[in-house]
Amino acid sequence: MDMTGTRILAADRATVWAALLDPEVLKACVPGCQEMAGSAEEGFTATVVQKVGPVKATFKGTVTLSDMTPPERLTLSGEGKGGAAGFAKGGADVRLTEVPEGTQLDYEVEAKVGGKLAQLGSRIVDGFARKMADQFFDRFQDAVAPEAPDAGPDGDEGQGETSDEKKKGWLGRIVSG
Amino acid sequence: MPKDHGIGAAPKRREDVRFLTGAGNYTDDINVRGQAYVYFLRSDVAHGRINGIDTGAAAAMPGVVRIFTGADFEGVGGMPCGWQVTDRHGEVMQEPAHPILAQGKVRHVGDPIAAIVADTLEQARDAAEAIEVDMEELPAVIDMKAALADGSTKVHDDLTSNLCYDWGFVEENRDAVDQAIKDAAHVTTLELVNNRLVANPMEPRVAVGDYNRGTDDSTLYTTSQNPHVIRLLMGAFVLGIPEHKLRVVAPDVGGGFGTKIFHYAEEAFCTFAAKACNRPVKWTASRTEAFMSDAHGRDHVTKIELALDADNNFTAVRTETHANMGAYLSTFAPSVPTWLHGTLMAGNYRTPLIYVNVKAVFTNTVPVDAYRGAGRPEATFQLERVIDKAARELGVDPIALRRQNFIQPDQFPYATPVAVEYDTGDYDATMNKLEEIADLSGFAARRAASEAKGKWRGLGVNCYIEACGIAPSNLVGQLGARAGLYESATVRVNATGGLVVMTGSHSHGQGHETTFPQVIAEMIGIDESMVEIVHGDTANTPMGMGTYGSRSIAVGGSAMVRAAEKIINKTKKIAAHLLEASEADIELKDGNFTVAGTDKSVDWGSVCLAAYVPHNYPLEDIEPGLEETAFYDPANFTYPAGAYSCEVEVDPETGKVTIERFAAADDFGNVINPMIVEGQVHGGLAQGIGQALLENCAYDETGQLLSASYMDYAMPRADDLPFYSVDHSCQTPCTHNPLGVKGCGEAGAIGSPPAVVNAVIDALHSGGKTGVLHIDMPLSPDRVWAAMQ
Repeated sequence: MDMTGTRILAADRATVWAALLDPEVLKACVPGCQEMAGSAEEGFTATVVQKVGPVKATFKGTVTLSDMTPPERLTLSGEGKGGAAGFAKGGADVRLTEVPEGTQLDYEVEAKVGGKLAQLGSRIVDGFARKMADQFFDRFQDAVAPEAPDAGPDGDEGQGETSDEKKKGWLGRIVSG
Repeated sequence: MPKDHGIGAAPKRREDVRFLTGAGNYTDDINVRGQAYVYFLRSDVAHGRINGIDTGAAAAMPGVVRIFTGADFEGVGGMPCGWQVTDRHGEVMQEPAHPILAQGKVRHVGDPIAAIVADTLEQARDAAEAIEVDMEELPAVIDMKAALADGSTKVHDDLTSNLCYDWGFVEENRDAVDQAIKDAAHVTTLELVNNRLVANPMEPRVAVGDYNRGTDDSTLYTTSQNPHVIRLLMGAFVLGIPEHKLRVVAPDVGGGFGTKIFHYAEEAFCTFAAKACNRPVKWTASRTEAFMSDAHGRDHVTKIELALDADNNFTAVRTETHANMGAYLSTFAPSVPTWLHGTLMAGNYRTPLIYVNVKAVFTNTVPVDAYRGAGRPEATFQLERVIDKAARELGVDPIALRRQNFIQPDQFPYATPVAVEYDTGDYDATMNKLEEIADLSGFAARRAASEAKGKWRGLGVNCYIEACGIAPSNLVGQLGARAGLYESATVRVNATGGLVVMTGSHSHGQGHETTFPQVIAEMIGIDESMVEIVHGDTANTPMGMGTYGSRSIAVGGSAMVRAAEKIINKTKKIAAHLLEASEADIELKDGNFTVAGTDKSVDWGSVCLAAYVPHNYPLEDIEPGLEETAFYDPANFTYPAGAYSCEVEVDPETGKVTIERFAAADDFGNVINPMIVEGQVHGGLAQGIGQALLENCAYDETGQLLSASYMDYAMPRADDLPFYSVDHSCQTPCTHNPLGVKGCGEAGAIGSPPAVVNAVIDALHSGGKTGVLHIDMPLSPDRVWAAMQ
């Protein structure tokens, strides 16, 4: 499964870069993320609960960052194991470019699924991944640019936050506890 | 006037009373007191090295009885292969080890890594989640040609390559075939894929192991087409249990289609674990598990060349096939692309020179083995497709081209250049019958009507022949079979005249409980209701080889006839004594023994009673009792053949194909129950049309199985199929078995795929898409539409 996309984020490139490396931001932005720990240098460990078509599972996995050229580009590689549900793994090349509106984020994702996810979910994995990416970047937009007027449609999956809380922005909430 | 009983009558299936009223006794209906449940932790990668398995946390979970890994089976045999193929250089095939649970490596998605035995299935599943497998994923090899390339990843490190064998047949003909193709006036070449299928019997596989500590007896209840074969293979080669301490029961089985022939690891595991845990253990496959653990079918990639002379006579056929074995050799896998495929490449035709090359290849996929037709559909498909293409290239009528090359009735017995001898047949007769029942003369009008509503209509016609009644043991032994292929029957007559036939054949949808009594009823002249059929239990049936390859009536039925003949001979002796006549003068008719030329008679029941209450009985000459066993080993295969036609409509806008008409004219020799024969043909056609239009087992390039549910694997449904016109009135009886029968179980699945594809190509040509000469199955709308563009 391959996917590419572009997002314009209303924040400067350094802010976007910092947010990408922050486990708390990532935890808040990855849909269904229960835990996220580690660091950009050591890599992150994560626990994510997700439902792909008929398959619901808790994925435990690792994410490592490589080819880092601050604040321009980095590569994320990860693998998550979902027990009987199978596994997902892949990588994303992310590029940040300064643009008048803030920062342009381009990503190229290559992902593979295995086990039950492939057997039952291969038809819907592309759509699922697209939805996951959209949700991630909507939240990421909120995190890096809390005052952004329109973050686009939000899937609102599983985190239970209210729109009021969202409007504070993730970074602000994290800092304020 | 159809008969109302005996051979040729069509009584309703007596087994359906229990099947249709929920009173069947399938393996999953069997629960042994105190049983635990098994869940198999299966690989979710296609190829990987197991660096460690930590079962500690899982073993401590609630309800867990014991967790098994490959290490528990190091002293136990692996899964055996029942057929050894010798390649074209005289070397025997490469035969990898096939452990019950993975040892060191996993080699396909679904390969079992560990087995958890727990009080409940849910507990076993939960514990599986807690097993930590340290798995190093390795590159997987999925494509057969890539698997044979230099430097390819090897599925089995201890083999020299991924090539199982490189088989040539008939190797001595190779040069002559090459020369004939060089010299031909015309050569038609076709490259095609015979798509990988999953059999999908309605009932998934189940195994229940039971062990009696008091007697040291093991019992396995399993979904099998051949319980004696399972007992022999599992007892002798895997677990080391002598047959007298091992009983295998295959009760009501909900469809097999070949995939329940084979001995599976789960059967051996449950038998082993029941003893190891001193507790009965039960495993029932989920549907998704069936997709990744039942042996798959087909999966051939073939290039075929047909050479013709200037008068359009076939002069040679040359084929090159890559046959996927999957990751391990399933029980009969090596025989399918070789002896069940190469020997049928003559088809119904007089082609004098044939050479078949088959490279069997290991890949990181589920093992592939026999599926309804097993090799013969693959042979028929390529031959009948290439003939159709040749007719199109030469601008001749495809039916006329076939007729011109038919083996003629006066040429039987006919020895083909591929080592088999057809005993009887009349291929023009079945083609004539087809033209009649399919109303081929009305096709032009139907095509015009389709065109008027914007659809392209196509007609596909083809023939088929198959080798059934498997098989002469001495012949298959020379060909590499590691077993005999006779069949057995014991006929037990009870004191009041009722009979029980204990057969080594196994019925899992074929209706033996109905048809076998028809034969006995005919022979003795009694009502079918006096005959009961017992099958599926090694404890009360003689050693038999089971049911597959359309062999039950031809081989198992013949064994029953031989045993019944012994019974009749003995009852005639008893009747002669009772009637004070010479045995030679005794005639048995309508259940009565009479002395020829007199009015003296004694009925069947009285003779049977005399055998068991021998007060007035020639004890000095004859033993009391009436029970006889016979083993029947056929002298030859049987050769059912026929002609099929399919009419399709193709929607030019979407590429969607609908089957409008389908006709099958079969020659099955003599027919015992025409209704059951018709049902067998219907089922075979559904599966053949399913292969042609819908079914496809798909892997991605990393070996992930993508079609493991009915959302992704398209099974044919009632509304995908037309009403069939089926005829089996053309009968050239088999010359070498006592019933003159040929078998009918696989014909529909063998003969139908080429008819469908031929019809779709014809439809596209009628719509002006004359550049389309082949589309690989399944002919889904996107494939047909893409071919049209």
